[in-house]
Amino acid sequence: MGFATALRCRECGREYPKEPINICEWCFGPLEVVYDHDRMASVVTRERIESGPPTMWRYRDLLPVGDGPVIDLHCGLTPLIKADNLGRELGLQNLYLKNDCVNPTYSFKDRVVTVAATVAKELGFDTLACASTGNLAGAVAAHAAKAGMQAYVFMPADLERVKIVGAAVYGPTVIAVDGSYDEVNRLCSEVADSFGWAFVNINIRPYYAEGSKTLGYEVAEQLGWRAPDHAVVPVASGSLYVKIWKGLNEFRDLGLIDQVQTKMHMAQPLGCSPVVTAYAAGVMDVRPVKPNTIAKSLAIGNPADGYYALKVIKESEGSATAVSDEEVIEGIKLLAETEGIFAETAAGVVVSALRRLAHSGAIGPKELTVAYVTGNGLKTQEVVEEDARPLLVKPTLDSFKEALDRRG
Amino acid sequence: MKRRVKFSFPTHLVQEPIIFQLGKDYNVVTNIRRAEVTDVQGWVVMELEGNDDDIDRGLDWVRDRGVRVDPVGGDVVES
Ligand SMILES: Cc1ncc(COP(=O)(O)O)c(C=O)c1O
Ligand SMILES: [Zn+2]
Repeated sequence: MGFATALRCRECGREYPKEPINICEWCFGPLEVVYDHDRMASVVTRERIESGPPTMWRYRDLLPVGDGPVIDLHCGLTPLIKADNLGRELGLQNLYLKNDCVNPTYSFKDRVVTVAATVAKELGFDTLACASTGNLAGAVAAHAAKAGMQAYVFMPADLERVKIVGAAVYGPTVIAVDGSYDEVNRLCSEVADSFGWAFVNINIRPYYAEGSKTLGYEVAEQLGWRAPDHAVVPVASGSLYVKIWKGLNEFRDLGLIDQVQTKMHMAQPLGCSPVVTAYAAGVMDVRPVKPNTIAKSLAIGNPADGYYALKVIKESEGSATAVSDEEVIEGIKLLAETEGIFAETAAGVVVSALRRLAHSGAIGPKELTVAYVTGNGLKTQEVVEEDARPLLVKPTLDSFKEALDRRG
Repeated sequence: MKRRVKFSFPTHLVQEPIIFQLGKDYNVVTNIRRAEVTDVQGWVVMELEGNDDDIDRGLDWVRDRGVRVDPVGGDVVES
């Protein structure tokens, strides 16, 4: 029956049965899944994991699901690439990239949604919903299609057409909300309260968020059962960052890896960096901001897990870096030109933060470092569009040679 | 309607009876769930109950006093 036993409030510790709720009725703190760790530890071994499927479902014992079928589009176990070219550029000899661009809907959000969809089915829901400006919408719509569930996807009305297409093609009902960002937020919370739907990042959030732990597990397994010295992770709500740390620590507690001395470095775009700002000011209170950045996938002004992310920085002796929009674009290009990986703006943020950490000496040249690349560049082509300038030629050799000369 | 909010108080307002007045003057029922108050600052997480207009007007007044008001639970619109 799986090893998840209950939900527990992160603030007051009250426990709740495994139901579709995300907030403690008592203190309004966020709920988190609790597992029977002893029973889990008696079953889970490296061999058992290695003989599992070549997807993130090889870690199903550590995820909050039962024994039935899972809603899977073949998510996870994405490549961990030794990035020697980028490493040379940055002065890092032991740099790896975790490439989550190649997930079924081209971002790491498939990891959280495959868990959310599976749990939603187990809980008896027939409808999956989310509020999204892109990545999550596609992941929810695709998994609902595979599961034979209805899907409702809420988007701000001013969203670019291509982002809508990336979700609409899977056949969900797309709702374009004509209102401010805050109003869209409010509406979605109200819908989640009053319709009997599985809203993946609202009433299913405790289960959903657990999916991100697999980005910690996979990296540790792919490194030959060890944790990296450094991880560089993009932060929007802060959930991914917190869960990678949790995943590594669970692996250590289960005896699958020896120790975790990973320094967790978070990266945000300067135009939406409430967590970095709190860290820099030395406070644990994250002040919401109005996002203004090209890194739309990280534009969450009021991050649900900001406080817990700050705790992870402290616990892991990590750091927090904010980079400008220009650096985001430089980061995308640097990654593409050195490693042949076209990633979206979140990765531009990570690569530029990584560059700063390498230059400042926060990451040493020989230390084992993993940078997380969480979404595909085809989703945010507009930010590098200007650099696509083909050499225009007539269909003659002369014209072609001339063009080459002109290019210099 | 119910609404869950977090008030953050700057130093000079920590000792003011703002929540009391919000309840009294705007017909909003305030139900405190979690709080941390020190000499220099404080925050309070609570549920407000009343009609939507009263809550909106009440929160405008609270903001005018210099208290920051944020929704609890973070943004739900993700990428
Ligand atoms: C591509 C990409 N990377 C990273 C993140 C950050 O995730 P989190 O909200 O868990 O911090 C997001 C979130 O939307 C994303 O879309
Ligand atoms: Zn609680």
